[in-house]
Amino acid sequence: MEVLLALVIGVLAGSGIWLVLRPRTFQVVLGLALLSYAVNLFIFSMGSLVIDKPPLVVPGLPANLEHYTDPMPQSLVLTAIVIGFATTALFLVVLLAARGLSGTDHVDGEQDTP
Amino acid sequence: MTTLMPALMIAPVLLPLVSAAVLLLIGGKRGRLRSLINVAATGAGLIVAALLLREVESGGVAVYLASNWQAPFGIVLVADRLSVLMLVLVGLVSTGAALYAEAGWSRAGSYFHPLFQMQLLGLNGAFLTGDLFNLFVFFEVLLAASYGLQLHGSGWTRVRSGMHYIAVNLLASSLFLIGLAVLYGVMGTLSMADIADKLPLVPERDRGLLHASAAILAVAFLIKGAIWPLNAWLVPAYTAAGAPVAALFVLMTKVGFYAVLRLWTLLFSADAGASAYFGGGVLLAGGLLTLALGSAGLVASIRLERIAAFSVIASAGVLMAALGMHSTALVAAALFYLVSATLSASALFLLVELVRRSGAGSSAPDPEPDTTPEEDDNLDDDQLPLIGRVFPVSLALLGLAFIASALLVAGLPPLSGFLAKVALLSAAADTEGGISRAAWVLIALLLLSGLFSTIALARAGIRHFWSRGGQVAPHLRAAEGGAIALMIAAGCVLSVFAEPVMRYAAATAATLEAPRLYIDAVLQAHARPGPAAADPSGALPP
Repeated sequence: MEVLLALVIGVLAGSGIWLVLRPRTFQVVLGLALLSYAVNLFIFSMGSLVIDKPPLVVPGLPANLEHYTDPMPQSLVLTAIVIGFATTALFLVVLLAARGLSGTDHVDGEQDTP
Repeated sequence: MTTLMPALMIAPVLLPLVSAAVLLLIGGKRGRLRSLINVAATGAGLIVAALLLREVESGGVAVYLASNWQAPFGIVLVADRLSVLMLVLVGLVSTGAALYAEAGWSRAGSYFHPLFQMQLLGLNGAFLTGDLFNLFVFFEVLLAASYGLQLHGSGWTRVRSGMHYIAVNLLASSLFLIGLAVLYGVMGTLSMADIADKLPLVPERDRGLLHASAAILAVAFLIKGAIWPLNAWLVPAYTAAGAPVAALFVLMTKVGFYAVLRLWTLLFSADAGASAYFGGGVLLAGGLLTLALGSAGLVASIRLERIAAFSVIASAGVLMAALGMHSTALVAAALFYLVSATLSASALFLLVELVRRSGAGSSAPDPEPDTTPEEDDNLDDDQLPLIGRVFPVSLALLGLAFIASALLVAGLPPLSGFLAKVALLSAAADTEGGISRAAWVLIALLLLSGLFSTIALARAGIRHFWSRGGQVAPHLRAAEGGAIALMIAAGCVLSVFAEPVMRYAAATAATLEAPRLYIDAVLQAHARPGPAAADPSGALPP
């Protein structure tokens, strides 16, 4: 499971970085979104990967990481998702404004001359 | 006063939050009321910061436990000398910017006032929080507000530089989160004091991971702190933004510096064992390079707003280099320099528009590259006779303000920029065992950047006031004049009362040198007993 998750994060981050370096604004925003997915998964994996262990304390079991998963990364990732969503939405608006003002979707607003 | 204390610390966060909410609700035509609330709330923030300063100067580190949760579990706000110094700086600059904006900028688009207050909320929160994840949240708050403010007034140059600015900062936020997650994986906590406390317990095999996380976090901070080569976004974004917004943005590079200073002195102090001073060489080299390139940019720029933006970069370089040399005296001098440089750069940003108004009132706005002198740029005989021409008062005042802020930025006597530079030079030269090579480079670059900014500003002054200006008396509004007067008066007060401020900076640097004080204050802050615990009879059913 660790290998699979690491691969997923790696592929997401790699494609995100590639897209961010592209010259079209739409590619950049998709790249940033992929990067934020990779980051969110990464934060999540910091709470050590386990199956069937909710972050809820059950009476009778000692409250340690043997029996429960760490709730902290889960709460962090929630906040990060919300913030990432909001800033990406804001970036989309700016992107549309730039498209409207310059008439092109190039990040510098200047179409490459072939 | 002491009874107010723990509660007073939340005021710099709550005040802008509540004002932003109120300002959002007041819509429609009540512009005057909104302006009044914005200026009043910003001014009140300055007063709260001053009260906190008085508290901290006598009492040391103050801790506020949010929702009464004990330190490593809950979120803490920590006011020590460094945070409060930054809060006062935020108060001063933001009051100036808020006043200036009332002359017209606040009506250039909608939602200026709520965004302004949210920006203050983010700045104040970032300086006060004692928790890394909350630092991230406050960073995002101030960035989200800054995106809106940077685009305020719209126009293609703003949108284009804003798009680049947002993309760079979103990437930086991703880096911040990655560093945060790795650090949490190693340390199991995100409270800064707790991390610093548990640092000696890190096993040797995890040290690489710890250093990697610190380095990733530092990259995120250094992007905000405008270190070369991560500062290409700064000049276009700051020069495109409206004058009061640019003045406020000067504070944002200082947030990056603050975060590096805070974390670096807490985590990698002298008693951190094998991790002591990790990355100091990178900070030093990056700072020196930034200073060198910022100075080159200064002398290469013609337009006044570009000079101001490059002076921000040069001062960021000075601060990072001073930090990287890990000398307490140099950090103290750098803190004094920070106050002086922030005030002077924001004063210069505020002046830009007025200076342009005085010169370009008759002609078209400056062309983009603007390197060739214009035809009426020389004072030949066929020009208007200079003798006997009435010199408008507003132009005289503007010229005086320009001279004062030029002296502050370039670090010439008698104002505080000079004192800051002298303090830096003497601290760099005053090291045991001779002056190191890095210190020589820093001294040389500091003097050179002073020379370069003098050249650039003198050239701009000649161009705007002597050769082309003076033909039209610029129309100065009271709010604009008042805002600039406030900033320059703060610079003059700083020059006169340099000694107590310098002493405060030295004490700040000394407390940063010994992080134990900060750690103990946070970890030993006790939750207040609730009403049930204080009054046992109340908890029981009758």
